[in-house]
Amino acid sequence: MNSSLRLKSSLLSLLILTVLLAVWQIATQPLLAAPTATVTLTPEQIEYQKMLGKDPAASSASAEAGKGAGFPTPMQMAQTIYKHLSDPLYDNGPNDKGIMIQLAHSLARVGLGFALACLAAIPLGFVIGMSPLLYRAFDPFIQVLKPISPLAWMPLALYTIKDSSISGIFVIFICSVWPMLINTAFGVASVRRDWLNVAATLELSAPRKAFEVILPAAAPTILTGMRISMGIAWLVIVAAEMLVGGTGIGYFVWNEWNNLSLTNVIFAVLVIGVVGMLLDLSFARLQKWVTYVE
Amino acid sequence: METFLKVEQLSKTYVAGKPVFDGVSFGIERGEFVCIIGHSGCGKTTVLNVLAGLDQASSGHVFMDGREVLGPSLERGVVFQGHALMPWLTVRQNIAFAVRSKWPEWSRAQVDEHVCKYVKLVGLDSAIDKKPSQLSGGMKQRVGIARAFSVQPKMLLLDEPFGALDALTRGSIQDELIDIVRSTGQTVFMITHDVDEAIFLADRILLMSNGAQTAQGYVPGGIAEVVLNTLPAERKRAGLHHLDGYYELRNHIVDFLVSRAKPQDGH
Repeated sequence: MNSSLRLKSSLLSLLILTVLLAVWQIATQPLLAAPTATVTLTPEQIEYQKMLGKDPAASSASAEAGKGAGFPTPMQMAQTIYKHLSDPLYDNGPNDKGIMIQLAHSLARVGLGFALACLAAIPLGFVIGMSPLLYRAFDPFIQVLKPISPLAWMPLALYTIKDSSISGIFVIFICSVWPMLINTAFGVASVRRDWLNVAATLELSAPRKAFEVILPAAAPTILTGMRISMGIAWLVIVAAEMLVGGTGIGYFVWNEWNNLSLTNVIFAVLVIGVVGMLLDLSFARLQKWVTYVE
Repeated sequence: METFLKVEQLSKTYVAGKPVFDGVSFGIERGEFVCIIGHSGCGKTTVLNVLAGLDQASSGHVFMDGREVLGPSLERGVVFQGHALMPWLTVRQNIAFAVRSKWPEWSRAQVDEHVCKYVKLVGLDSAIDKKPSQLSGGMKQRVGIARAFSVQPKMLLLDEPFGALDALTRGSIQDELIDIVRSTGQTVFMITHDVDEAIFLADRILLMSNGAQTAQGYVPGGIAEVVLNTLPAERKRAGLHHLDGYYELRNHIVDFLVSRAKPQDGH
C-alpha cells in the first residue's frame, strides 16, 4: 500500500517534470521566420538596424549557433548544467570561478554566522527560559528586533565592521539569532513541571538539571528553531552576497545577470534550491533524532 | 520512640482569609503505611508536596527523623500521578538516572546491577531497554515505583499512583507494592481516591474534608478523622471483602466522603 503510493507519486512527479520541460521547450522555440526577414531588408534598412545595435546578420548567425539572446531552451540549459558540474572547481580570477567554489564561500558564511548565532542564542535562550523575570524583560527587545529585515542592518554593519565579508556573516548571524532564541526560551520555559519535580527530589546539581533534564526535554523545540533559522539564513545569504559582492552564490547570480547569461542564472537558482533542500533535510534528520514520544 | 514524621499545624492559603486547609497535624511511625483520602480540591496533593519539599506551606512545619523538611531531598522518594518518566530515556536509563544521583561515586557496573535489581522487583526485566512510550500505563507506573524505591528513601510519597489505571492492572500493582513495602519496612504516605485501595494498603487512613462556606462562615478543610485499619496485617486483596469488619470500615469511609467531606453538599 505504502510502496504503491510512493511509486504512484514518483510517476506523477516525473510526469509533471516532463510537462514543465515540454512547455519550456515550446515556449522557447526559435522563430524560424525571423532569419528570412534579412533577405527582404534593403541595405539602408540593415545599416539602420546596425546603428540601433541590432545586427540582423549577427543575430541570425547566433540563432543558428544556438546562442540566442532570448530565454534559453531546455537543451541549452542541460549543456550549461553539464559544463558547470563537469568542472566545478576552476578559478579564472575574481569574476569567473567554479560553482563549487562559489557555493563553498556561501556555505562558509552561512555556517559561520549560524554557528555564532547558536553560541549566542541557545545559552541566552536557556537563561531567559529559566527565569520568568528575564523572559518578560527581554521580550520587548526581541519583539522589536525580530521583524527587522536582516539586510537593513547591512549599512550599519558595513560602517562599523568595515569589512564586506564579515558584514555578510553578521547579517546571517542577526537573522538566525531570533528564531533560535525564541524557540530555546519557549522550549526551556515549557519543560514539564513533573520532570523538574523529579530533578528536585533527586537533588540534581544545576548543571546536571540543565544538561540531563531541561536540554533533552527542550531539544525538539530548540532544533525546530535552528531549522527555521537555517532556512532564513539560506534565503538571506543570496541577497546579502548580491549587495556585498566578491564571492558566493548570490554574487554569482548577480554577476551572470550583468553578463546577461540567463542559463547561468537559472542554473544558480536551481543550485540554491537544491542546497537549501539538503540543508533542511539534514536538520530534519537531527530533529528526528532528538524527538521523543511521550 | 519519637514519631518518625511529624506534621504540625500545616495550612495553605491562596485566597487571603480562606485557607484551603488549616491546622493539619498528624504523625507517621517508621514502617507505617498511611493513606489520605478526600475529594478533589481538598489539598491532599498540596500536603504531599509539602512533605516532599516541592511546595511551601503558608504556615506550619514538617519534621522527618527529627529534622525539619525545608526542601526536596533524596530521603523522600516521590511517585508522581503521571509517572513523570523521562520519555527520551529507556527504563534502565530512567532508573540509573536516579541511582547515579544518590550514589554519584558508583561505577557503571554497580549502577547497572542496582538498576536491574529494582527492575526485577517490579517484574519488568523484559522491558528494561524500552522507552516509556512503548510501555502500557501500568508498566510506566511500575517503573515510577522502581525509580522511587531504587534510591532507598527513608520515606515514600505516592500521589494517587494508580489513578489512571484500569481495575485489573491496579490490583496487581497494589499487590506488588504491598509486597515490596512489607519486605523493606518502607514508610509510606499515599494519596488515593479509592476506598478499597486505602483499606487494603493502609495501616491508618486520614480522612480529609474540603474547605467550604457554611451558615457560620468559611470553614477551612483539614483532617476530619483518622481511621485505624483494624483488619489483620497480613490481609490479601482477594479475600479482603470477606474479612470481619471490612464492611463497617468501608461504610464508615464512604459515609464520610458522601455526607461529611463536603459540608455544603451535606445540608
